[in-house]
Amino acid sequence: MTRTLKWLYIAALAVMAFSGFGQMPIFKRYYLSDIPGFGWAANFYTNLEVHYLAAIVLLAVVFFLVLNWLLGRRGRTRLTGMGLLRGAVLALVLVTGLFMLLKNLSSVSFSQNLVIVMNLAHLGSVMLFLFLALGCLIGRCRWLRPVDQGLQAD
Amino acid sequence: MSSTDSGRSGPSRRSFLKASLATAGAVAASSLSAPPAVRAASSKELATLLDIRKCIGCEACVDACREVNEAKFPELKAPMPTMYPTSRVKTADWSSPNKRAVQNRLTPYNWLYIQSAEGTYNGKEYSLTMPRRCMHCQNPPCANLCPWGSAFKQENGIVRIDPEMCLGGSKCKSVCPWNIPERQSGVGLYMDILPQYAGNGVMYKCDRCYNRIAQGELPACVEICPEKVQKIGPRDEILKEAHAIAKEINGFIYGEKENGGTNTIYVSPVPFEELNKVIDKGPGRPHLKPVQDSMAQANNLVPALAIAPLAGILGALGRFYKWGRKADKEAKS
Repeated sequence: MTRTLKWLYIAALAVMAFSGFGQMPIFKRYYLSDIPGFGWAANFYTNLEVHYLAAIVLLAVVFFLVLNWLLGRRGRTRLTGMGLLRGAVLALVLVTGLFMLLKNLSSVSFSQNLVIVMNLAHLGSVMLFLFLALGCLIGRCRWLRPVDQGLQAD
Repeated sequence: MSSTDSGRSGPSRRSFLKASLATAGAVAASSLSAPPAVRAASSKELATLLDIRKCIGCEACVDACREVNEAKFPELKAPMPTMYPTSRVKTADWSSPNKRAVQNRLTPYNWLYIQSAEGTYNGKEYSLTMPRRCMHCQNPPCANLCPWGSAFKQENGIVRIDPEMCLGGSKCKSVCPWNIPERQSGVGLYMDILPQYAGNGVMYKCDRCYNRIAQGELPACVEICPEKVQKIGPRDEILKEAHAIAKEINGFIYGEKENGGTNTIYVSPVPFEELNKVIDKGPGRPHLKPVQDSMAQANNLVPALAIAPLAGILGALGRFYKWGRKADKEAKS
């Protein structure tokens, strides 16, 4: 991962996490939107648009990195166990997010039960992903490992 | 035209309404309730037509709404919790007898009220009244943006808030162009979780008598109206009729295009911009302004979201191609 892509990925994830939690009516209640420069966070529509804009960046980066790995470096590197787990959870975040996006279109509607399940799955998978990311930051675990070091610990 | 003072209906009027609804119910049972189009179109979007020329402001619809929906109204079972931070969290309590009786605005106990407009248009004086309640948007932001799925839209176009799921955060009210839902604090699911720190009650609004419609009956406000101000039916038919009336009276339509389209269509002989200038507006009293599609700006980003993965894929393919050519050159040299 190049330095630029890495920072784009981290920035997109950070903005998505912030604007995603902002979908719950908590930023105003707990004064977060009172922080200078964060007034927009109390506006649910702005929050949604920021969430979508960050999703555009994240999707482009994720698809680039995954395909880049599949085409070029797959023979030389392998996903670590934690990499596989994070990838699977991130995929769940993206799939449930796609569902939310479809739900917001005027021509699409789903049953209330499905919407509740997807809402909780989106929030739950994001929370899990953030915990894993934090764990990996502390434990310094990687996404990939070289194939010739396959017997080493992750 | 009537005034819409709070607590106006006395016991005798309520008894009369009970009797009227009972009679209407009996008629409904004899299959004269919902028109066949309504019953057949349970999976199609139903819209209501409100011809406000006919409204006499008698509030029979308001009383009928309160009567049939009484069982759905919030009942406090525990003391109101102190919610933190107290300087930021507003408690909304409409449960006292006086506040429950309020009929001149929308409240958790009053999902429909009569709005009055008096003024001059084209040199003629007018005095109009109209029932106001949830517009039941076709793409409701309250349902789209509810973080828990508590607000939702049924297949037949009814937009509801599930009182068992709602946490009372009032986001639905913030994103509603008319700020329709009203909160009752101290009730609902949040009382069983962390009532002091998250949630603030349950949001209430018109559910267009979904349970009556499911049984083939008409919404109470439609059924009780002595002047037949309201009509319910498939949206395309309702719109056709609304346009026919508007053409006939040289009138105006509200609700067809507002917020991208709603299932509540008003027809008036006076432009709604004029009515909006003279009606009482504010908390619990919705405006009549033109409303742009609230979800449009976010949904305009969807094509870019669809293209983003493609951009990533093309970038990776381009890089792979470049890498391949470089490897070929190195092999040849």
